[in-house]
Amino acid sequence: MVEARQDGDDCLLEVRDLTKIFGEFRANDGIDLKINSSEVHALLGENGAGKSTLVKMLFGSLEPSGGQIYWKGDPVEIRSPGQARALGIGMVFQHFSLFEALTVAENIALSMDNDVPIEKLADQAEKLSREYGLPLDPNAHVADLSVGERQRIEIVRTLLQNPELIILDEPTSVLTPQEADKLFETLEKIRSEGRSVLYISHRLEEVKRLCDRATVLRHGKVTGACDPGQETAASLARMMVGSEVKAVTQHAGSAGDEVLLQTNGLSAPARTPFAVALKNINLSVNRGEIIGIAGVAGNGQSELFEMLSGEFLAHDANAIAIGGKPVGKLDISGRRLLGAAFVPEERHGHAAVSQMSLSDNMILARHRSDAKVFLEGGPLKIINRGAVKTAAQRIVEDMDVRKSGEDPQASSLSGGNLQKYIVGRELDRQPSVMIVNQPTWGVDAGAASRIRQALIDLAENGSAVVIISQDLDEIFEVATKIAVINEGTLTEAEPAADMTLERIGLLMGGVHGEDHGSEASHAH
Amino acid sequence: MRIELERRRQQSPLFSIFSPFLALLLTVLAGVIIFWLLGKNPFSALYSFFVEPLTEVWSLHELTIKAAPLIIIAVGLSVCFRSNNWNIGAEGQFIMGAVAGSILPVLLPSMQGYIVLPLMMLMGMLGGAAYAAIPALLKTRFNTNEILSSLMLVYVAQLFLDWLVRGAWRNPEGFNFPETREFHDYAILPEIVPSSGPTNYGFVFAIIVTLLTWFMMRHMLKGFEVSVLGQSTRAGRFAGFSNSKMVFFAFLFSGALAGLAGISEVSGAIERLQPVISPGYGFTAIIVAFLGRLNPLGIFAAGLVLALTYLGGEAAQISIGLPDKIADVFQGLLLFFVLGCDTLINYRVKLVFDRTVKEGGVS
Repeated sequence: MVEARQDGDDCLLEVRDLTKIFGEFRANDGIDLKINSSEVHALLGENGAGKSTLVKMLFGSLEPSGGQIYWKGDPVEIRSPGQARALGIGMVFQHFSLFEALTVAENIALSMDNDVPIEKLADQAEKLSREYGLPLDPNAHVADLSVGERQRIEIVRTLLQNPELIILDEPTSVLTPQEADKLFETLEKIRSEGRSVLYISHRLEEVKRLCDRATVLRHGKVTGACDPGQETAASLARMMVGSEVKAVTQHAGSAGDEVLLQTNGLSAPARTPFAVALKNINLSVNRGEIIGIAGVAGNGQSELFEMLSGEFLAHDANAIAIGGKPVGKLDISGRRLLGAAFVPEERHGHAAVSQMSLSDNMILARHRSDAKVFLEGGPLKIINRGAVKTAAQRIVEDMDVRKSGEDPQASSLSGGNLQKYIVGRELDRQPSVMIVNQPTWGVDAGAASRIRQALIDLAENGSAVVIISQDLDEIFEVATKIAVINEGTLTEAEPAADMTLERIGLLMGGVHGEDHGSEASHAH
Repeated sequence: MRIELERRRQQSPLFSIFSPFLALLLTVLAGVIIFWLLGKNPFSALYSFFVEPLTEVWSLHELTIKAAPLIIIAVGLSVCFRSNNWNIGAEGQFIMGAVAGSILPVLLPSMQGYIVLPLMMLMGMLGGAAYAAIPALLKTRFNTNEILSSLMLVYVAQLFLDWLVRGAWRNPEGFNFPETREFHDYAILPEIVPSSGPTNYGFVFAIIVTLLTWFMMRHMLKGFEVSVLGQSTRAGRFAGFSNSKMVFFAFLFSGALAGLAGISEVSGAIERLQPVISPGYGFTAIIVAFLGRLNPLGIFAAGLVLALTYLGGEAAQISIGLPDKIADVFQGLLLFFVLGCDTLINYRVKLVFDRTVKEGGVS
């Protein structure tokens, strides 16, 4: 697949000794990077390795503290995204910046630097999107589009600027396998036109498949430059984390008969115009089971989580049962008292308050379940800071949470470390039912494997675990049974061993009832 | 060219502490310029505005009388603001507290005894809280903007008081003056040290309210709940806290304290109801709350500072010959500088020059 690589002279972008210092922290420390024309160059690294900082400097939204950027051999200073675009650098962000209430064409028009009549732009966009195999209706409203289609808008509007270098930040994290394949075709086409792509990802298989060269970052430094085709996923991971990623171990057959979590025809109307209605969801999780719920983002995952957690109540008390007790109308604290624990997808502002300390974030989830230890003074509910700090410290040690200072703000931790803390906060209670939405979203490989192992261990000790995840590798790694959520409906959970990637992909895309998976082993 | 505010990654803890002092300093500097432009000697004007009121015992007493309502209201507002609810109508709750608390001495003057005063205080708090419940109800039921509804209710309260003292509650022996009858002795908040000056128990209330609220916010789960919901309703819901209950708690708490301040002012300083009972304490308390960084202890100090601007305004009339509106000017300046300093702690100002580079292949 990788065609003849051109080295040496036709260097498009070069970075020498690029450094970015925040206070005393060196986010980027003497980075050297070279991107040739018509190559797909991977930028690999854990969370906090400095990928975003580097990319922001290349795109002009951060100013380097030192070092030099060369564009086609000439030293340049990129002071703003506008200037980066003018040079020929385009960027597709991980989090889309689209207005849902506007049409595709209007969104594209908003991002253009020069004034082009919107009708002309719509024509251009449609033509371009067909050429690149990214079909788009310019008059569709963004709110009605899937995540994959929204990403196409971002890519098309970047391509409209006719860039020579396109930076893509974790582009496949929101796509189905089929959508990802489409994207790869587009990227191949972009490369064949002589453009280059800087591809940021933590999905090693993808990088191996797609990229000509890779630069690996760790702790703000380049730790390796390689041809990913020549490497194994394990050797790439080693460069990223600096040590072998501990493989997750799964012991078979500890599932019991006792049903710990059940939903009976759970339905819920959409609360907002952009939410998804849940339709007749039947789920049953036994002691010792881990159910993986796969699905593309925005198909009802958050809505299902909110219903299961009790953040929003069901209309029927019997719609949800925990440990055999109907809890549909019981709030989240009441469900926690029954032994359930919850980890939402969003770390900042949902699972944790960013501006609060780790110990305060301990109180957040456990003030009720651990009231005996954490609170004193009867109805006054005076917080026993000593007890809370002890518990927080215990979790920091158990989950190997890396932090600075004794009790830092949640916002100062890296994503992976905060997630370890949040998961650890719930595991520490030994919950009988654990529901986790996107357990390792944006988390580095080391932390992810630790979190997955902890969830497996929890199930083995007799808890029922539900994992809602977009990461199919993760689901296959930990789940004993797999169900797929699509447009608010959930398929029946099937044993993981009977599932294939292809079949899940089809279910995620809404194809039901066809038997695609006769082979017993899945792709991993 | 345009000016952008860029969020700082780290706030300087030093400047967070010194920001109120910096704001005070800037206010004084602005005062120098204003007095100078008005043709007054800035330094003697500042002296009579800010220093002279502190040099005599009786004016120190006056200071506590002015500071007490400011502190009591602002402490209540700090809880409300921290929970991300914006009660701008403390002035109205102050008035309604005063009205509700005055029911006994005005309508039932024959009811006498030591029980009257505690009952008045209690009814004052209930009156303020009930009035604050209106914007809370509108917000939780109809998603009404509480800033507007609470602010507009201030004018309703002012007109209601005006109507009462000119109509139903007018003193029958008062020669048609628009006032209620004077409160009897059991309905008057006593002075703490009568031999020294007129400082009344309102100042003691201010101290108690400050300490109790500080304790609640610092050590109790309720204070934690206020902070969590103020920062993220979603995290609050995850914690099992109800945001609509918090809206009511925040408004009832701040309304009750504004009501307490109202009845204390009427019963301690004015001793009757009249068309105007507040020089804008409810609005000035918003400045006090922010100058005190929404911390009850800081608010206590800030309340004394803002009380000084009231005294300074009076002094300005007498010794400099300027209208007492100069006090409003200083209060406005102070709020401006406090918010300005706070903004600059969180953000840095960046001048952005649009210099699009025309090179390379651009479409």
